[in-house]
Amino acid sequence: MNQTQLPPFLDRSKSDACIHCGLCLQSCPTFLETGNENDSPRGRIHLMRGLDDGKILLTDRVATHIDRCLGCRACEAVCPSGVEYGAMLEATRHTITRHRTMRLPQRLLQKVVVERMLTWPNGLRLAVSPARGMQRFGLTRVLPQRLRKLVELIPQKPKNSTSQPSFHQEKIEVKATAGMMSGCVASVLFGETNQATVALAQACGYQIIVSSGDLCCGAIHAHSGNLPEARKRAQRMIEFFENTETDVVIVNAAGCGSTMKEYPQFFSNNAEWRQRAEQCSSKVRDVTEIAAELPASLKKKKQEHPRTTYHDACHLCHAQHITEQPRTLMQEILGNNFVELPESDVCCGSAGSYNITQPELAGRLGSRKARNIIATGATVVVTANIGCIMQIRASLQSAGVQDIQVVHIADWAIQAIQ
Amino acid sequence: MKLVPTHVVRQLEETVGKANVIAQPDELIVYECDAYTLERNAPQAVVLPGSTDEVAEAVRICAAHRLPIIPRGAGTSLSGTVLAVDGGIVVATTRMNQVLSIDPRNRRALVEPGCVNIWVTRAAQHHGLHYAPDPSSQMACTIGGNIATNSGGPHTLKYGVTTNHILGFQMVLPDGQIVWLGTEPNGGEDTPGPDLRGAAIGSEGMFGIVTQALLRLTPIPQEYRTMLAVFETVEDASHAVSQIIASGIVPAALEMMDGLIIQAVEERYGFGFPLDARAILIIELDGLRAGLGRQAEQATSFCLGNNAREVRQAQTEKERNELWKCRKRAFGAVGKLSPNFMTHDGVVPRSKLPEMMRFISDVSARYGMQIPNVFHAGDGNLHPLILYNERDPSQIQRAIAAGHEILRKCIQLGGSVTGEHGIGVEKIDFMAEQFTPDDLDAMRALRKVFDPEEHCNPHKMFPGAMRCADFVQRKQIPA
Ligand SMILES: Cc1cc2nc3c(=O)[nH]c(=O)nc-3n(C[C@H](O)[C@H](O)[C@H](O)COP(=O)(O)OP(=O)(O)OC[C@H]3O[C@@H](n4cnc5c(N)ncnc54)[C@H](O)[C@@H]3O)c2cc1C
Ligand code: SF4
Ligand code: SF4
Repeated sequence: MNQTQLPPFLDRSKSDACIHCGLCLQSCPTFLETGNENDSPRGRIHLMRGLDDGKILLTDRVATHIDRCLGCRACEAVCPSGVEYGAMLEATRHTITRHRTMRLPQRLLQKVVVERMLTWPNGLRLAVSPARGMQRFGLTRVLPQRLRKLVELIPQKPKNSTSQPSFHQEKIEVKATAGMMSGCVASVLFGETNQATVALAQACGYQIIVSSGDLCCGAIHAHSGNLPEARKRAQRMIEFFENTETDVVIVNAAGCGSTMKEYPQFFSNNAEWRQRAEQCSSKVRDVTEIAAELPASLKKKKQEHPRTTYHDACHLCHAQHITEQPRTLMQEILGNNFVELPESDVCCGSAGSYNITQPELAGRLGSRKARNIIATGATVVVTANIGCIMQIRASLQSAGVQDIQVVHIADWAIQAIQ
Repeated sequence: MKLVPTHVVRQLEETVGKANVIAQPDELIVYECDAYTLERNAPQAVVLPGSTDEVAEAVRICAAHRLPIIPRGAGTSLSGTVLAVDGGIVVATTRMNQVLSIDPRNRRALVEPGCVNIWVTRAAQHHGLHYAPDPSSQMACTIGGNIATNSGGPHTLKYGVTTNHILGFQMVLPDGQIVWLGTEPNGGEDTPGPDLRGAAIGSEGMFGIVTQALLRLTPIPQEYRTMLAVFETVEDASHAVSQIIASGIVPAALEMMDGLIIQAVEERYGFGFPLDARAILIIELDGLRAGLGRQAEQATSFCLGNNAREVRQAQTEKERNELWKCRKRAFGAVGKLSPNFMTHDGVVPRSKLPEMMRFISDVSARYGMQIPNVFHAGDGNLHPLILYNERDPSQIQRAIAAGHEILRKCIQLGGSVTGEHGIGVEKIDFMAEQFTPDDLDAMRALRKVFDPEEHCNPHKMFPGAMRCADFVQRKQIPA
């Protein structure tokens, strides 16, 4: 087995904050599944520190436990000591990628599929229609397992894509201008959701003056440890919005939103860019924050709503601490037809590219989520992240459930207020 | 590091599955300590069984090879009770974590040992019931660990500690036998003969491994009154505590935080505590709506009579939860004040609180160490947090010495060296000070009834035990 000694890579002032109390253990989805403390936040921090101070060497075994981390940051949200786990993980992954000899198929998967294709809209577009075709004709069986998982996640085109979600109401006053961060993956796979987001923002009094189009925010790169590339993409995004007159930047993908809100962290050694990043970050709003401003007159309760539940996307609840706004909105519209989802804040296994790189655990977390959803008796699951939507749909399908809809909160809200 | 012979690893793997045995040094380091990090030593292997039978089989394998067995739950112990002092096999219950059934009519819950404390309440609350013992670590610690350490928490003042809420449990003895102690799942509450259940609670993993537990559930009180009283001195607050209890009021919880802790908590959580306060009391009353108001007035007047600057009440459930969140996570916030800290959980009779608090501030001045306090004032259970910097060896020495003086004073005032964190390896040296040789012999004799070979969680609790080779001062935390 390969054994590599790593140079020190942790910011001790941050990693020393972990007091080893263990309070984070039971919020960690991977620990809940395996019961192995090497797959827990405290355990991973122990491994990171061990690697950092040379007490242990990097082996495939150790790397696996770091790879298995979803980056969901549930641990960070509960830590009493304020450990910045997300930042530690990015630094660790960055170092590991530089020093590790990955096996070729794995490297291809990471470099080509995850970092390039997913974030390269035209490439993704090229891949999507054959993938959708294979799905429709049940041909995905012939693919190797990891690729099959990936292909199966791709959503089918909505049946009647002709009617675009929109919202027209003369009375609503424009209170601010906004830019839309349309997202590299979303702009290809979830065009409808982007339109719904724009419509919802309009209903809330925002005039959308610009969209970032295919620009990638760098989140996927940051999460997998490719910090230089993430930084480059962040700079492009920051520049883009600097040249617009937007008061806010609306994001409907929780993972992108949390990275964009944390852009300043990328530039800790660069005062100029740090300041520009702060400017940009201060404008970023998740669509659920915008939707909270929906005028009361639009949130009429209707009796006929089906029973509906809400799944907390990790990067929304743990990284951005947004849990109340979507629930308040749903409760106001649904009344008693809103039901809480047990373990709503336990990761569904999507976690960006996780369902591609760690199919086994992603599958287990997906079934766990599906079981919890089924137990609520809800027929609609609302969430605020496209990765979660794809993963939960696929998991419900594997559980043999056909009649539960999984929708983005923007799509759901725009429907609900018509 | 001693490794286990491969044929033993293979036997264990055959029992619990390959993925559930950890036997490589680079993965074992994660199990080298619990939340007490001053002493560390990795076990030779960790097994994660999925059922009682698997636990029993793993235990038999260990017994056959004379390997020490170390039961482990979530590893949140603050006294090193899961430390593999001389190697051995950790049997962790983290995969056996289900609530098996809730019986609302008889107010019972049957759970697996790795079930997390707070999950029991979550599963029972829609029946209007909860599991009352609430250690500050309740979001992470397991019922098995709670039983083994007889855990307490803020609300044990009124509701009692773990042993008052455990009807019975299944245990795998150190030779692999499976027994049930106390009330059985479908049995009546009274069991004949001596209370072996009670004897095994608090035995810190030395009597065997709990594999199922039958818990008593308690109705959720109709109403809470949660108050925050602000004082100019710790002494005034201590006097108020004594008077409230002496008056016959039994608060559900009565907690104190001193000025240093208030500042740290306020900085971390921004609750709105007055930064210039020298002490605050959190007083919670619960029970039937009728009468609570009068009790609240009484408690308020005791506070005001002892020069409280103000007494506020939590107005909403959300505010109450926020307040408790601050209290239960208070220790973590101390990380902001100092890179390292160590805590003790000595107990003194309530009436001695003012004297003890004076003593602690005297120790703090004499040793030149900051010692903030956040603790269960209602039952006199202290948590002095001694702040130090591990990069300065003289500070480490002073911190240890200051801690020892405080614990000695607890014994001298008629109290105890530990209220809830257990003896583990941390407080072994104090056992001989608190107990006579006869007491200790009796405890040892009881232990040998359950574990004649003394191979279940060895080198703990009793004086003369072996210590880890690399006994280094590291970061330490309180509750
Ligand atoms: C932040 C913090 C706050 C805390 N607050 C409190 C508090 O308010 N009150 C309190 O009492 N404690 C408190 N503690 C200490 C600790 O949480 C308790 O002792 C808890 O009961 C330990 O549970 P665990 O599952 O983590 O057990 P572990 O730490 O894994 O083990 C503790 C002991 O139990 C034994 N054990 C574990 N499982 C079993 C089993 N199935 N069968 C037999 N023996 C077993 C172990 O061998 C060991 O001796 C706190 C700890 C932390 C870190
Ligand atoms: S990450 Fe935070 S919660 Fe987890 S062990 Fe470290 S200090 Fe405790
Ligand atoms: S980020 Fe998520 S998966 Fe990773 S250690 Fe934290 S809780 Fe566990």
